[in-house]
Amino acid sequence: MQIDLTSSIIRAYWTLKVENVGPSSASEVLLAFPPTQAKNIALIQASIPEGKRKKKTYVPLSIHPTTLPGTPNDAQLFSISLLNPLKTGETAVLEVLLILTHSLEPFPAEIGQSEPQLVYYRDSAVMLSPYHIKEQITYIKTPSTEVESYSRVDPTNHVGAELRYGRYDDHPPYSFSPILVHFENNNPFAVVEELTRVVEVSHWGSLQVTEHYKLVHAGARHKGIFSRLEYQSRAAVGGMSSFRHLLAILPPRVHSVYYRDEIGNISTSHLRGDSQKSELQIEPRYPLFGGWKSTFVIGYGLPLKDFLFEASDGRRYLNFSFGCPLMETVVDKLVIKVVLPEGSKNPSAAVTFPIAQKLETSFSYLDIVGRPTVVLEKENVVPEHNTFFQVYYSFSPVFMLAEPLMLAVAFFLFFIACIAYLHVDLSIRKS
Amino acid sequence: MLEANHVILAVSVPPLRALRRPCDLPHRRRLPAEAGTNLRVLPPSAMGIKSDDGAKSAPAVAATTAAAGLPFSLRSVKLKTKQQELLIRVSVLCLVYVLAFAVRLFSVLRYESMIHEFDPYFNYRTTLFLTRHGFYEFWNWFDSESWYPLGRIIGGTLYPGLMVTAAFIYWTLRFLRFAVHIREVCVLTAPFFAANTTLVAYFFGKEIWDSGAGLVAAALIAICPGYISRSVAGSYDNEGVAIFALLFTFFLFVKAVNTGSLAWSLASALGYFYMVSAWGGYVFIINLIPLYVLVLLVTGRYSMRLYVAYNCMYILGMLLAMQIRFVGFQHVQSGEHMAAMGVFFLMQVFYFLDWVKHLLNDPKLFQAFLRITVTCAGSVGALALGIGTASGYISPWTGRFYSLLDPTYAKDHIPIIASVSEHQPTAWSSFMFDFHILLLLFPAGLYFCFKRLSDATIFIVMYGLTSMYFAGVMVRLILVAAPAVCLISAVAISATVKNLTSLVRTKSKVPQTGSAKVTAGTKSAAKAALDQSLPFQKNVAIALLLGAFYLLSRYAIHCTWVTSEAYSSPSIVLAARGAHGGRVIFDDYREAYFWLRQNTPPDAKVMSWWDYGYQITAMGNRTVIVDNNTWNNTHIATVGRAMSSYEDEAYEIMQSLDVDYVLVVFGGVTGYSSDDINKFLWMVRIGGGVFPVIKEPDYLVNGEYRVDKGAAPKMLNCLMYKLCYYRFGELITEYGKPPGYDRARGVEIGNKDVKLEYLEEAFTTSNWIVRIYKVKPPNNRR
Repeated sequence: MQIDLTSSIIRAYWTLKVENVGPSSASEVLLAFPPTQAKNIALIQASIPEGKRKKKTYVPLSIHPTTLPGTPNDAQLFSISLLNPLKTGETAVLEVLLILTHSLEPFPAEIGQSEPQLVYYRDSAVMLSPYHIKEQITYIKTPSTEVESYSRVDPTNHVGAELRYGRYDDHPPYSFSPILVHFENNNPFAVVEELTRVVEVSHWGSLQVTEHYKLVHAGARHKGIFSRLEYQSRAAVGGMSSFRHLLAILPPRVHSVYYRDEIGNISTSHLRGDSQKSELQIEPRYPLFGGWKSTFVIGYGLPLKDFLFEASDGRRYLNFSFGCPLMETVVDKLVIKVVLPEGSKNPSAAVTFPIAQKLETSFSYLDIVGRPTVVLEKENVVPEHNTFFQVYYSFSPVFMLAEPLMLAVAFFLFFIACIAYLHVDLSIRKS
Repeated sequence: MLEANHVILAVSVPPLRALRRPCDLPHRRRLPAEAGTNLRVLPPSAMGIKSDDGAKSAPAVAATTAAAGLPFSLRSVKLKTKQQELLIRVSVLCLVYVLAFAVRLFSVLRYESMIHEFDPYFNYRTTLFLTRHGFYEFWNWFDSESWYPLGRIIGGTLYPGLMVTAAFIYWTLRFLRFAVHIREVCVLTAPFFAANTTLVAYFFGKEIWDSGAGLVAAALIAICPGYISRSVAGSYDNEGVAIFALLFTFFLFVKAVNTGSLAWSLASALGYFYMVSAWGGYVFIINLIPLYVLVLLVTGRYSMRLYVAYNCMYILGMLLAMQIRFVGFQHVQSGEHMAAMGVFFLMQVFYFLDWVKHLLNDPKLFQAFLRITVTCAGSVGALALGIGTASGYISPWTGRFYSLLDPTYAKDHIPIIASVSEHQPTAWSSFMFDFHILLLLFPAGLYFCFKRLSDATIFIVMYGLTSMYFAGVMVRLILVAAPAVCLISAVAISATVKNLTSLVRTKSKVPQTGSAKVTAGTKSAAKAALDQSLPFQKNVAIALLLGAFYLLSRYAIHCTWVTSEAYSSPSIVLAARGAHGGRVIFDDYREAYFWLRQNTPPDAKVMSWWDYGYQITAMGNRTVIVDNNTWNNTHIATVGRAMSSYEDEAYEIMQSLDVDYVLVVFGGVTGYSSDDINKFLWMVRIGGGVFPVIKEPDYLVNGEYRVDKGAAPKMLNCLMYKLCYYRFGELITEYGKPPGYDRARGVEIGNKDVKLEYLEEAFTTSNWIVRIYKVKPPNNRR
């Protein structure tokens, strides 16, 4: 079991070797989490490695929350469905990836400008499990060697930036031995409280994306003064826990990128691009210290042909990436609105993970009946959610002509009115 | 052939006053000035003359036209040439319209689509409120975010015209399904109205001179820097629509005077209403028009047309203007509006006398009656004015009005007006900068106007002269003078070019001119004939024409240059050239305001000098103590006093005002000179004007204002100095200079060890331009 604490997002990699000691064959493996941890789980993935060494491939397994009577202390259970039921006495190796957000508690909760940011990480030395644990080792990786303190549950070892708990032998089910690691973590604790991405499809050849961010530094709160002098003259110490830049990975061939907020354009951004991706480096108006907020909007256009395809049944589908383009950023609430062209019918979205969906109508230039809009909502989104999703809809190209025709008719009527005005004499008295 | 040409030219320029009578109008319409030219070019067969007179030759037809009016046959021919002329005119106007709009977009291209300066931010904020909450909420809006703790009744203390206009445009576009943002509408409102002003200028020019002058006026005003300075994209201020409204009202009034039509004078009353709703400068209209009427009366140009136009415009305009809450009953209660009322009564007396004169055929009796009536009317008027003023019913003239009439008044009595840079008397250079060749053409235009006096030219002359005077008193009033200067200059250009071109054209046909003179027998033809006797006349005319076009092209180049270099900066984003020639942007203001918006409690009160009040409320969304409205001098003086006191005294003032943050603007690092240290003396003066504790000499050394070692001790320890220079002494701003070198003033500061006791630094922007301090809570009592 490896726990990576180097960023603000915690990634735990579990390698489980399970053995069926029961009488009947088992098709499911249960994982248990304490409730405090369970509510912060952003993503949990399980897979089963196949093949040996270099030809190793991972076959993903389905995993879903479940409940079981008799679980002590409200422990949350997840059940992994195995591909092949495990017969008595057989063993299997499972790889589990667990991503936790908001699990590092800054302590002290308020720090000054030049102080490093220290955080607590709480876990259990022994994995919480409904099963009997034969042996277990936990490695905890910290961002630097600066570890203020850690709980000792012998055998415990601290070498460099790594803590090792274990190995522990023979623990009964649901055993728990709390540990607390207090260490320095100056990584940006960038959290987007709310991100709304609006993807507008225009069949005239472009895809317009607008992203509204509400960014906050979720680390230790900034206390007391902010001295620009300190910040400028001693860059390394002057604002250790703050962050200045954010990097957004955008699709290739992006054009007309803008970066602004309610009061205007923010001039500090750089765009680099190659054939694989475009990198947008953005800088908020001011460095973000703990608890400071910033809101901004990023918008860009993309060529439609990269994202819109025709399905085999004649419908069209948009293939676009879910999640936040900012690197190493947690999104508390993500809303994606896919605005389809006016006249589209039967929209439906296909996403690989559970998500809330609804339909709306939005209005833009020269719309009369409005554009069907698919709204997808998900909470607690991490970079691992950046997979593609699809929105299927049917659209007749005739509707593309509606708006130009409308304009043409309007101008035509205007000229007709002008001609009529010039030719009609409305005066009462004839001169 | 040529004979016809001359005849028509002559007929087309009779004295204007005669033409403007309603009965003359249809006749005039059939005789465009340029008709002769086209007639001459086209062979009769090509004109498609279709009626029974079709066989007649062209000279004969033209001669008949001049001599016997228009026979039916010629109407189709005339229409054709008229159409050509119309086409050229309309396309030129369209181009001018587009040009006027496009030239004002420099600021959008150079920077971005944003609101500029200070006042426009207030207008933007109120427009936003209007579009979000509707008109009634807007009308009843009490704003608690400014003038803390007093607040401000927005609906009753602003001219709503601009906001309502922008909101109306916004709603219209939304209705037509254009998904625009209100900010874009606000940014483009001023250019849009400037483009409309060119149309008004065209019609105005046509009314006072001819359509050629109108076209020139439209082109001149489209790029006149004096006007552009207040109407670039983003300059979302009252003046943006007000100049349009001003010119439109004047045009409609002149039209009403020329026609004597009730409809036009009603339209001018409505135009006046729009002007009143848009800008305080309407006082100019309500004083200029009575003055004009008075001049017409004195010069014996009284007519029924004038009577109808003025009475209708004044009464309806006054009633309509009363609907604006900010103006209220000022039309009957304020000294500034009394001239209009006096002239109104005078008109009635005049009319009455006219009527009596009509009834009495005895001149002697009438003389006696006149004497009695005038004496009575004069004494009754004076008595009414005296009683009104004495009883306080009629308010005396305000300080602003006085400062307009007397340039030195504000300096001595109202420091808050004198402290604003746009209220300073105008320097010669800025006249040259804003008007360029128009400054030379203006007197020439006046000459032409005097040469052909009519009701309309008298008006434009008076408008030009009075507005020029006001432009000399205050820099910002160059704006009001700009349309008049453009119109008068257009008259000069148009008349000159027309004279010259007619000379150039007629020269080749010398042998026939004699007959033209004889036939026409009018003044202009005679003059043309006289000129032709001069040697090298054609060459001189060509040279002069080329000179005129050279001047005009210089004007166009100058205007474009001025617009792009001087008038397109938003002043909230500063741009400079970097060491390597690249453009460096200082976006510190918005950095600070956005920081305030995001990272302070929503009910925080920010104290700053009043210049930044509107911007803090609009961009920072925080409550301010004072802002650019400057309606309460005492409140501003309190802030000035706090800034110029020692820290402990200032702390008490700030506590009493519930101040949480103090914002100062400081240019010492970047060399930005319009910062708070340079404005500081005004704070001292305004503060000292109300609180005698603050004395200006305490901050000066031998009458000199300095911040270095030789500065006055009070200066070195006052709050403003401390806030600006806090920890500045440790910073090296320029290579080879000691730490604490102030680049805006070019000195090393005198107090490098600034300690703050009651405040702490909360935020400083990346170039130190804006510094925000937090007021510490009071210490615990021991």
